[in-house]
Amino acid sequence: MVIELFTDYTLRNVALGSALLGIVSGVLGCFAVLRRQGLLGDALAHAALPGICVAFLLTGSKAPLVLLIGAALAGWLATTLLLTAVRETRLSADSVLAIVLSTFFGFGIVLLTFISKSENANQAGLDKFLFGQAATLIAEDVQTMGLLGAAALAVVAGLYKEFKLLAFDAEFAASLGFPARGLSVLLTSLIVIAVVIGLQTVGVVLMAAMLIGPAVAARQWTNRLGVMLILAAVFGAASGVSGALISVSDAHIPTGPVIILSLTAIVLGSLFFAPARGLVWSTIRRRQQRANMKVE
Amino acid sequence: MSNVSIDHPVVIHDLTVAYRDKPVLWDIELSIPPGKLVAIIGPNGAGKSTLIKAVLGLVPTVAGTVSLFGGSYRERRQMIGYVPQRSSVDWDFPTHALDVVMMGTYGQLGWFKRPGKAQRELALRCLEQVGMADFANRQISQLSGGQQQRVFLARALAQDAQLYFMDEPFVGVDAVTERAIVNLLRDLRARGKTVVCVHHDLDSAPEYFDWLVLLNVRLIAAGPFETTFTSENLRKTYGGTMGAAIKHIEHFEEDRLAISVQADTKRPNGH
Ligand SMILES: Nc1ncnc2c1ncn2[C@@H]1O[C@H](COP(=O)(O)OP(=O)(O)OP(=O)(O)O)[C@@H](O)[C@H]1O
Ligand SMILES: [Mg+2]
Repeated sequence: MVIELFTDYTLRNVALGSALLGIVSGVLGCFAVLRRQGLLGDALAHAALPGICVAFLLTGSKAPLVLLIGAALAGWLATTLLLTAVRETRLSADSVLAIVLSTFFGFGIVLLTFISKSENANQAGLDKFLFGQAATLIAEDVQTMGLLGAAALAVVAGLYKEFKLLAFDAEFAASLGFPARGLSVLLTSLIVIAVVIGLQTVGVVLMAAMLIGPAVAARQWTNRLGVMLILAAVFGAASGVSGALISVSDAHIPTGPVIILSLTAIVLGSLFFAPARGLVWSTIRRRQQRANMKVE
Repeated sequence: MSNVSIDHPVVIHDLTVAYRDKPVLWDIELSIPPGKLVAIIGPNGAGKSTLIKAVLGLVPTVAGTVSLFGGSYRERRQMIGYVPQRSSVDWDFPTHALDVVMMGTYGQLGWFKRPGKAQRELALRCLEQVGMADFANRQISQLSGGQQQRVFLARALAQDAQLYFMDEPFVGVDAVTERAIVNLLRDLRARGKTVVCVHHDLDSAPEYFDWLVLLNVRLIAAGPFETTFTSENLRKTYGGTMGAAIKHIEHFEEDRLAISVQADTKRPNGH
């Protein structure tokens, strides 16, 4: 299997694509989780579906770049709607999120049904964006994903200090003259890129887990943001690659669910066994303390 | 007028702030002289935090102007330090005390540049000044409330400012930390800095501060404690029902009477 990774065309694309996805969503997910915006990723991902469909209907093309632009525009539109509604109405953020998410996703499903019923011979395969089908990745897709991912990671590397400050204390950042609103929009745009990278591999339905999971797991092992970002990238890549390879071995298994299952294993392992914050150790410590008290 | 505003660290003219349609600050006219420790006092919801945020450009204003050392906040940013309310951030953030203090240098660093050795050393010195050097590498969630407050103060010190705004720096700290903070404020004053604090405790206010701003949506009064900290003004700030506040003031007035009799100085009476 390891040798095949380097020789088999499909396997190589699948491994590269899912590793890329894991790294980018792991890193950006950290900021989303620390800013308590995990659900924002969910809304963005679901919003991508109508974007893809509209892009296909308008252009008749299934070229990855076309669909990705559609997804990105829809994600951006959903975010703008969301932030405006939270600012201008008295609705709470989670209600607005729920409304935007289901509206966009519902619209997407309607469009998807419409497309699959139409005569268009080209339509087969759009529904892979629901749960992901990594086996369909071709070299061109992986190249597009690589470019987008590299750009997103380069921005995070360049603005690491600014993003850290924004995530910890946005108001202080603003008082220092950093445009908190602008940085926030930029960070959200990068999350849209992560979502777009994950479309073919994980699909829109489960994409949010790919953002939140690696970050939550990584937070368990470290108290340093830099280490957390790297760990999240590693966890994301590991679950992405392992899940994608398992799913490719049987073409009937959609990739997204398998990736999420292997990610869940990592998250659960971290929640229970991480040294300082793990539930197992803290329970043992509490038991010992209680025992010590009794002895004294 | 322009002379006054240049050596006055804060000059606020006709400032009105509203969240949605509800005015929170109304027509504030205030100028704060240099080198003072200033207390902003008023009931909950009086707009104290909002006043600070409006001055720092963190909330949009409906009307009015704010001038800091004769310039806008944008122009004077490097001269101004800010200590937000401690509860405004998530203390479970994955970082350590020294790192938080280094954030105070980000403004001077500007875009893209990462903090280096110089910033690290400055941050360590600031932690020392607040008695927290031993906690430099401690994860911030493992600090007590008082220690977290000191880290926030150290971060403001790292800004190396001329004028500081602090939102309730004394909330939730024990007597030892309270003394440490008071000493720090006096030290800043001795170095010619101006410090504006939101403060809640009427008991300690006259001892800790020398200038008072009484606020309740409108500006009730502003000036030196001797002339401003009067039962009349407090009643206007808190409404007639604030019996406890009035008691504080009576003590203060008795003390002041005693002091002025002892020292045999003739102070102009404020009311
Ligand atoms: N972001 C906001 N949106 C809407 N209303 C707000 C917002 N922030 C504050 N307010 C309202 O503005 C008023 C003033 O708030 P502010 O926080 O300035 O009061 P404060 O004097 O600091 O009170 P406290 O002593 O409780 O800290 C309050 O009535 C509050 O409900
Ligand atoms: Mg307040």
